[in-house]
Amino acid sequence: MPVNREFIGREFPAPAAYEVGREHIRRFADAIDDPHPAYRDPAAARALGHPDVIAPPTFLTVLNFRFAADGPVADPALGLDYAMVVHGEQSFELHRPVVAGDVLTSVQRVDDIRDVGRNELISTVIEVTDAGGAAVATLRGTIVSRGTAAPRSSSQA
Amino acid sequence: MPAYDGVEVGTALPARTFGLQRADLVRYCGASGDFNVIHWNERIATAVGLPDVIAHGMLTMAVAARIVTDWTGDPGALQSYRVRFSRPVVVPDDDTGAQLEVSGVVEDKLDGGRVVVGLTATVGGSKVLAGSRAVVRLP
Repeated sequence: MPVNREFIGREFPAPAAYEVGREHIRRFADAIDDPHPAYRDPAAARALGHPDVIAPPTFLTVLNFRFAADGPVADPALGLDYAMVVHGEQSFELHRPVVAGDVLTSVQRVDDIRDVGRNELISTVIEVTDAGGAAVATLRGTIVSRGTAAPRSSSQA
Repeated sequence: MPAYDGVEVGTALPARTFGLQRADLVRYCGASGDFNVIHWNERIATAVGLPDVIAHGMLTMAVAARIVTDWTGDPGALQSYRVRFSRPVVVPDDDTGAQLEVSGVVEDKLDGGRVVVGLTATVGGSKVLAGSRAVVRLP
């Protein structure tokens, strides 16, 4: 069943701030098997000029899941079957590294939903700001809902 | 960290091969919060038409970034990073898993000490990332 196009343009503010913790950064770095000390040791991070341990470049993907219940993907009205979803594209613009202790506010917006063959592509952007209101990062992602596009009639094909 | 002035278009980054096994996917589920069943349940993955359990695209993206952040020495030097997931990384339930081969080359030099690195990531000779670019700032 096709995804609900009425979601295009909708914004989904995270209902709470996301507090970046040293231990979560460590756990994320462990999960990607990256031993870099800047992800674990505050002194090592400071030696590189950072105020505390920093997060790996793709860490902010956790926002997608921390606030999934309040985002578009989990909204039954979107009509998405998550088992049919694979990731299509992703980008991160990092205005500065994410640092332990950051208290981050985020808003997710559905930019586009479109058919590509029998698949549907859902593009969203997440804008992340810090407690001082400064922009931290922009995440753009496209997920693919496989095989859910409405069948096309021969006149449209 | 490599210096901006010492880097030229065409400079190759040290290539690496990374193994991804089922246990890595389970760890990434927990750390990221992405528990999509296709990353840990073979029964459902095959039922929805995938060849087997597949790695999170975000795990592949994170691992591929390693050759850039290991090259710069400071992971905080990475300013932007984008990929397209051109093919799923299938992770069989065995002791080998998938072998992700990642290479990178400097494709452009920008102002402000920034360089563009193009990344290539393959499994079994097939590209799993396409149009993959990272921008890093060098001293």
